[in-house]
Amino acid sequence: MWKRLTEKAFRRSVWVYHCNSGACNGCDIEILNVLTPYYDVERFGIRLVASPRHADAILLSGAVTRPTLPLVKKAYQAVPAPKLVFAVGSCAIGGGCWYDTYNVTGGGDKAIPVNYFIPGCPPRPEAIIFGVALALGLVDKKVAPVELKQMEFPVDMYRQSKILESNRVIYKLLGEEDDRLLPGRK
Amino acid sequence: MWLWNKIKQLAIPSRTGVVTLRYPYKPRPAPAGFRGQPVWDHTKCIGCAGCASNCPARTIFLRDICQEIRILLYDSSRCTYCGRCADLCPEKAITMSENFELATDHRQDITETMELFMMTCQRCGRCFDLEIKNALDKLQMLGYRYDSLEARKVIRQSTPELEPELLEKTATYRRPEKLEKSPCGKD
Repeated sequence: MWKRLTEKAFRRSVWVYHCNSGACNGCDIEILNVLTPYYDVERFGIRLVASPRHADAILLSGAVTRPTLPLVKKAYQAVPAPKLVFAVGSCAIGGGCWYDTYNVTGGGDKAIPVNYFIPGCPPRPEAIIFGVALALGLVDKKVAPVELKQMEFPVDMYRQSKILESNRVIYKLLGEEDDRLLPGRK
Repeated sequence: MWLWNKIKQLAIPSRTGVVTLRYPYKPRPAPAGFRGQPVWDHTKCIGCAGCASNCPARTIFLRDICQEIRILLYDSSRCTYCGRCADLCPEKAITMSENFELATDHRQDITETMELFMMTCQRCGRCFDLEIKNALDKLQMLGYRYDSLEARKVIRQSTPELEPELLEKTATYRRPEKLEKSPCGKD
């Protein structure tokens, strides 16, 4: 009975480990802002812990830089098994502006598997709370992929043009020699 | 005295009241001027690719899949919400919305795809090349610019009116075969 009671009471208390992997401190300030009385996440049972061994989730901020890459991996391994990873900020999600620089791994999910993405540069404290509440099942997801079209074609233009391209009909019609695919063309 | 201090301390929270926001249960709108997720208006967009070539994080991609269709893909994953695309857009087709609740468990949710219809020139039948032909232009597409003044001459200059002087001046210009010189002066 005690076990069932504890399961019911402490089911959703997530202890997070804040893992800074070379962030500019923008996201870190917002994460600390979440813990202040104004936003108070301890009402959801969320606590910041000092060691990854005590944690259930990792709040990863910053594009994973080359020096921090082994440390991030070690921190991920140290978290006990049912674990969540939140990528906070655009650096942790895709690498931000430094996605292709030489000493950046290019986002958190290149280093460790990421479960939840919280975009923003930095994300608002509300956005971080929203992301964590999404993981806890308190709110519903609000975004979906958007597809817009200016015009509807009766035939599949992409397929048609691909066939034309592959047969090089276009260039024959234009009376040009097609040397696009030849090497050494200027 | 000691007890009286404790009683006074108990009275403090009742005076200040509760400051904690009930955020996930009650919506909290963003302040004015907040830059959230950019939203494209597909009825206004002309497909000029100004947003794609000026995005600092290079999150906007453009691809011509055929003569008539140009695809614009906005991948919000590494967007820094700087609002540069909205500033640059000549048709004001991009607006920075106030939506900041973008957290997802899947990357695909924060993308936007737009299929643009490109008109065909009535005279020549085509308005743009499907592929960029030379390597120098390819580098320019990636954002590289000429650094040396010698190389700067080679950049094609355009003027609203045809200037005969400029035409004569640029007639002898040639693209350099190799921009970088061999080290130590050896060939």
